[in-house]
Amino acid sequence: MQTETTLNKYQAYDLKFMDRLLTFLSSDQRSGGARRLVQAVGVPLAAVALFLMLWSVLAAKVQTSLGQLPGPAKVWEQALVLVDEHQAARAKEAAFYQRQEKRNAEKLAANPNAEVRIRPYTGAPTFFDQILTSLVTVATGFLIASLIAIPIGIVTGMSQTLYAAFNPIIQLFKPVSPLAWLPIVTMVVSAVYVSKDPLFAKSFLNSAITVTLCCLWPTIINTAVGVSTVDKDLINVSRVLRLPWLTKTMKIVLPSAIPMMFTGLRLSLGIGWMVLIAAEMLAQNPGLGKFVWDEFQNGSSNSLARIMVAVLVIGFIGFVLDRGMLLLQRKFSWDKSAITR
Amino acid sequence: MNDKCHLELTHVNIDFPTDTGPFRALEDVSLKIDKGEFITLIGHSGCGKSTVLNIVAGLHRATAGGVILNGREVVEPGPERAVVFQNHSLLPWLSTYENVELGVKQVFKGKKSRAEMRDWIEHNLELVHMSHARDKRPDEISGGMKQRVGIARALAMQPEVLLMDEPFGALDALTRAHLQDSLMEIHASLGNTVIMITHDVDEAVLLSDRIVMMTNGPAATIGEVLHIQLERPRERLALADDARYNHYRSNVLKFLYERQKRPEESGEADDAAAPGTDDPREDVKPENIALRVVGS
Ligand SMILES: Nc1ncnc2c1ncn2[C@@H]1O[C@H](COP(=O)(O)OP(=O)(O)O)[C@@H](O)[C@H]1O
Ligand SMILES: [Mg+2]
Repeated sequence: MQTETTLNKYQAYDLKFMDRLLTFLSSDQRSGGARRLVQAVGVPLAAVALFLMLWSVLAAKVQTSLGQLPGPAKVWEQALVLVDEHQAARAKEAAFYQRQEKRNAEKLAANPNAEVRIRPYTGAPTFFDQILTSLVTVATGFLIASLIAIPIGIVTGMSQTLYAAFNPIIQLFKPVSPLAWLPIVTMVVSAVYVSKDPLFAKSFLNSAITVTLCCLWPTIINTAVGVSTVDKDLINVSRVLRLPWLTKTMKIVLPSAIPMMFTGLRLSLGIGWMVLIAAEMLAQNPGLGKFVWDEFQNGSSNSLARIMVAVLVIGFIGFVLDRGMLLLQRKFSWDKSAITR
Repeated sequence: MNDKCHLELTHVNIDFPTDTGPFRALEDVSLKIDKGEFITLIGHSGCGKSTVLNIVAGLHRATAGGVILNGREVVEPGPERAVVFQNHSLLPWLSTYENVELGVKQVFKGKKSRAEMRDWIEHNLELVHMSHARDKRPDEISGGMKQRVGIARALAMQPEVLLMDEPFGALDALTRAHLQDSLMEIHASLGNTVIMITHDVDEAVLLSDRIVMMTNGPAATIGEVLHIQLERPRERLALADDARYNHYRSNVLKFLYERQKRPEESGEADDAAAPGTDDPREDVKPENIALRVVGS
C-alpha cells in the first residue's frame, strides 16, 4: 500500500528513472533484480560519469582565444558564481528601495506636504532574470500560437474546402526558418505597435511573435490530421444516433483528435524554445540568448564556462517543458499510452 | 408469421466505385422480414453481408432497389435502426454509462426526465449484466464486456430493428455462449426485430427464426433461406441431441461448403482434382467452421 502510493506519485511526475527504480524496489521476486537495478540506475550513472570524464579530458586539450575550454569543474564553479551574482543583485535592489523609503520617510517627517516618489531599480538583469524572461516569452508565444492554431487545425480538419484553402499557405510557410521572419516581425512591430506607455517592450513582442510563427505549423497540421482521421466506425455511431453537428464535434471528433493535438503542441513547444534562444541572440532581445551573446562579446576568461552553464540550463528547461506537456497530455487525454521518449 | 410486412428489401443492387470501374457487390437482394423476427445472415467473408446490413442501417445507399421500414423508405441512418458494430465502437474516452447515455440523451431528449433517463440507462446495463462496470472505460473492460455495452447502447435506443454485425466474432466460445443466452432472453422479452451477421453455424441455428444464406460475391445475392422451426425458449444442451437441430445445421454447412465453396477453395479443388476425392466433406475444413459450443 505504502509503496503503491509513492509509486503513483512518482509516476505523476513522469520520472521514468524513478519509476524503474521503484518498480525494482517493490518487485517481489528479486531474481534478476540486480540486473534491473543496474539497468535502471547503474547504466545512466555510468553514462553520465563517462560523459563528464570525456568532457574534462577533451576540454583540457582545446586552447581558445578565451583560454582553455572549461571542463565540468569550471562550469560548476561558474554556476555557483551566477547564483551568487543573482543574490548580490537582489540584495542591492532591496537596499536601493530601502534607502529611498527611508529618505522619503525623512522628507515626510520634515514636511508632510512634500512630494515623494520611488524610482525603479535599473540594475542589469542577472542570469536568473534572463531565464525568467525567456520562459515568459516562450510561454506567451506558445499560448498565442496554440490559440490560433488549434481552431484553424480543427476547421481545416473538418472541412475539405477549408483544408484546400489553408493547405498551400501552411505548406509554404511551414519550412521557413522562423529566424527569417525576425526582421519582418521587427519592422512590423515598430511600425504598428506605437504607444507612449507600452504594456510590453517591443523586444519582448518581437521574440514572442517569432516563437508564435514557428509554433503554429506543427499544431495546425497535427490537429487537422487528428480531426480528419476520426475512426470511421465512431462517425457511423454518430450517424446512427443522428447526433447534431455540435454534439458530434464535442463528443466524438475533438476527443478523438486530442492525442494528435498534444503531439502537435509538444512539437511546437520544443521548436519554440529552440528558436527563441536563437532569436534572442540574433536580435539582442532580453533572455537567455542575450545572456549567451553578451558573454561571448564580453570575452573574459570565465565567459565560456558561463555560456556552458547557459547551454545546460537551456537543455534542462527544454526537457522540463517537454515533460510538462506530456504530463498535461496524460491528464487530459483518454489515450494513456503517450510516448515518453 | 404476420401477413403485415415490417421491413422489406426489394431488388437491392449496390455498386461501389473503384479504380477499375464500379464493383457490383450485391445484386437483386430481396427479403421480407416480420416484426420481431430474428434473422441471421451467413455467408463467406467478403460476400456482402456487412453491405446488406449497412444498407438497412442507412449507412450505404443502394444503387438500385431499396429498403422499406414500416412503409417508409430508408434514406439515412437513424436510431430506430440501432447498430451493434463488429468491433464494438465504443467511445474510448467515455465510461460504460456515458457511452449508453450518449444514445439515450439523443433519442429521449424531451421525452424522458433526467431521472427517467438515468433509470433507463441503468436498466439497460442491467439487461446485459454490466451494472458493476458502469464507471469503467472501454480499455478497462474485457472484449466480451465491451460487446455487452455495445448491445446495451443499441438496446437503450429502443430500436425497432437491431442490426448486429458479427457481434460475437472476436470472443471466446464461453463468452459467446453467455452472450447468446443473454441475447435470446432480451429478444424474448423486448421482441425487437433483429438482423445479425454471423460466421458461426451453431449460433445461427440456435438464435434464428430464419437463416439467410448468401452466395459468394461479386454480385452476391440470397442463395437460400432456411426456416428454423424450433420452439422457444431454446436450450442449447437439449438441442444438441435434437435431430431437427442437426438437420438444420448440416443444411447450412452444405450450403456453405458444397454449393458456395469459396473461389480459392474451388480453385484448390480443381488443381488437386484427383478422381474420387469429390466427397463434399473434404471441403468442410475445420478452420472454416466456427467453434462449436452447442453440445460440445
Ligand atoms: N466502401 C466500399 N468500397 C468498395 N468496395 C467495397 C466497399 N465496401 C465493401 N466493398 C466490397 O464489397 C464486398 C462485400 O463486402 P462486405 O459487405 O464487407 O463483406 P462481408 O461483410 O460479407 O465480409 C467485398 O468484396 C468488399 O471488398
Ligand atoms: Mg463484414
